[in-house]
Amino acid sequence: MQSLVIVAHGSHLNPGSAKPTHDHAATIRETGAFDEVRTGFWKEEPSLREVLRTARGDDIYVVPLFISEGYFTERVIPRELRLEGWDPELWDSEGISADTATLIASDIDKEVHYCGPVGTHEAMTDVLIRRAVSVTGDEDVGEGFGFAVVGHGTERNKKSAKAIEYHTERIRETGRFDEVKSLYMDEEPEVDDVTDHFDSKDIIVVPLFIADGYHTQEDIPEDMGLTDDYRKGYDVPTEVDGHRIWYGGAVGTEELTADVILERAADAGADIGNARERIRQRTKPATGTAGE
Amino acid sequence: MINLALSETQLAAFKEQLADGVIDHDGLTADYDADTETYHIETPAHQTSVGADELAAVDTEQAAYITNWYFYTHEVGSEVTRAFCRWLEQAAEHPVADRYDALEAGISREWGQLAITTTISADGTRHYEVRHVDDRDADATALTTHTDPFDAREIGTLDPKGRYRPLRTAPSLKSGWIFPDLSAAEVYETVEAFYPATVVNWDREARGELDVDHWRDEQDRQSGIYNLITVLPDDAVDWAAAACCDDSQCLKRREWQLSENEPLAAEGGDGVFPCRGPCSMAVAAGREWAKLERENTQSYEFELTPSEKEQLEAVIDAVADDEIDEIREADVSKGANRWRVRYLREKRVDEDGNLSGTPTHPDGNDESAD
Ligand code: SF4
Repeated sequence: MQSLVIVAHGSHLNPGSAKPTHDHAATIRETGAFDEVRTGFWKEEPSLREVLRTARGDDIYVVPLFISEGYFTERVIPRELRLEGWDPELWDSEGISADTATLIASDIDKEVHYCGPVGTHEAMTDVLIRRAVSVTGDEDVGEGFGFAVVGHGTERNKKSAKAIEYHTERIRETGRFDEVKSLYMDEEPEVDDVTDHFDSKDIIVVPLFIADGYHTQEDIPEDMGLTDDYRKGYDVPTEVDGHRIWYGGAVGTEELTADVILERAADAGADIGNARERIRQRTKPATGTAGE
Repeated sequence: MINLALSETQLAAFKEQLADGVIDHDGLTADYDADTETYHIETPAHQTSVGADELAAVDTEQAAYITNWYFYTHEVGSEVTRAFCRWLEQAAEHPVADRYDALEAGISREWGQLAITTTISADGTRHYEVRHVDDRDADATALTTHTDPFDAREIGTLDPKGRYRPLRTAPSLKSGWIFPDLSAAEVYETVEAFYPATVVNWDREARGELDVDHWRDEQDRQSGIYNLITVLPDDAVDWAAAACCDDSQCLKRREWQLSENEPLAAEGGDGVFPCRGPCSMAVAAGREWAKLERENTQSYEFELTPSEKEQLEAVIDAVADDEIDEIREADVSKGANRWRVRYLREKRVDEDGNLSGTPTHPDGNDESAD
């Protein structure tokens, strides 16, 4: 029996924080690739401390629905899950190449496969591109468009910027968009000046965040000038300084993120059959318009 | 008793089990004697020895025990679910025969704010209905029907006033819904979605294996912004437990103490399921209390009438006991009535928000809680 355990941050204040976790869990459950899919949270229930005891499988894959390596994936989660002998060195990563480590979780006296975070997996690049498609409603979007991947910046976590740069580079390598850049909330180049950083008239802006919340729904739209008050909403696209901004909101809400969770588990040895193909089919882009 | 019929599948499973060994389950013992090709079946009221072709015709009491064995060994997946389903039908208190009679009418139990009723069909399969305890007497057609256990998470996200419920075990679950017919696996998932990890912890406790993390364990573990809680005085932990873990705030029964040898004075509550360690809400609150506790007390002088002093106390009670909504608009005799509080503010609070015009920091020292 195989269990997938998705662990995420959650929130005491914002019910939307856990939503992507639950949505992706539901998508994966539907594929039947795992006998069970459990979710656990730092701030919600079941807590990280108790989630493993809700899992019944012999093979347990724990996938952190986090954007980058750092404090949570390296310290909080292993400590709360009680992974015996955990050491970040086991991932042998400089910030973007964490894969998996197999350790005994003393809570259940069983081995678990502790995977790297979703945000640094190469498949996350596809999700960013998928978001570009869903936010523009154009399957072939690319030519004439700039693409900004937005992150927090290094103030809180040095490794978070690495994840942003990693995907920026990978999107650039596809050659699909005219320009691809990393922008940050608390350091240069700043998302506030998005239009200064692009020549393209059309700019797709996608924050590499797991869930929508204060930063992606209030801060970034106001900072970019999409609206003077987030409560009034904004159009997609919105015209700013002669550019059209296609703002996509947190990429983690994109349905295809479920695929990255599966990839993480598969990389750690989970047998997921053809679940990935089915998720890719199932999560075909909608002609969505965030912010409406 | 319900008119039980053993199905082909059940009989096949029964024979298969006895081909390999014996059955000793919940009042049923059975074995197979290969030499005489006879099944010996013993239940509290009957002892029979029958050939394979007579198995289907065993008496109702024995059929009840066999279907009960089949249900619990073949239809209920995990040990935890089995223990939970047995609790739901009060298996420890009632032998199978009585239980089947009771299950025909339905056995109801409460798990937090959930009323869970178990019933049985003619082949011994259990059916579970879950609704809010406040809807106990409601007509099922008046409630919104759900079939997917994971809907429970959505139902439990907001309280009846539309406010987010970060603590799933707060007694603020909204009513008006029903899961009319769940399987054993589904009732487990439904309860798990309403009250995460409560069943597994209850099960560990029932086995005498609940691992409790006391407050001091929690303090030792915290890092980052939360290590502030390490400076929370012991008295304050007691106040915090009384404030947050009381049954009026959380339906878990708090089992954690200051430490294993230092019990807290606060009541742990009477909930069915235990709380095995301070939750993230309690820890986050503890961090805030720790900030507050760093302040020193200060003497203030206020002029209040006796009624005004009592009114302030009434306001504190009304907020702490969530009774604001029960105070009627025109009931100005109540201390926490809005008009009366506004009247007090007009009279006693100056334009800077200071009670009796008394500054919070009289010597200009702007020491605040942060
Ligand atoms: S610590 Fe336990 S009992 Fe107290 S509020 Fe949290 S879950 Fe409830």
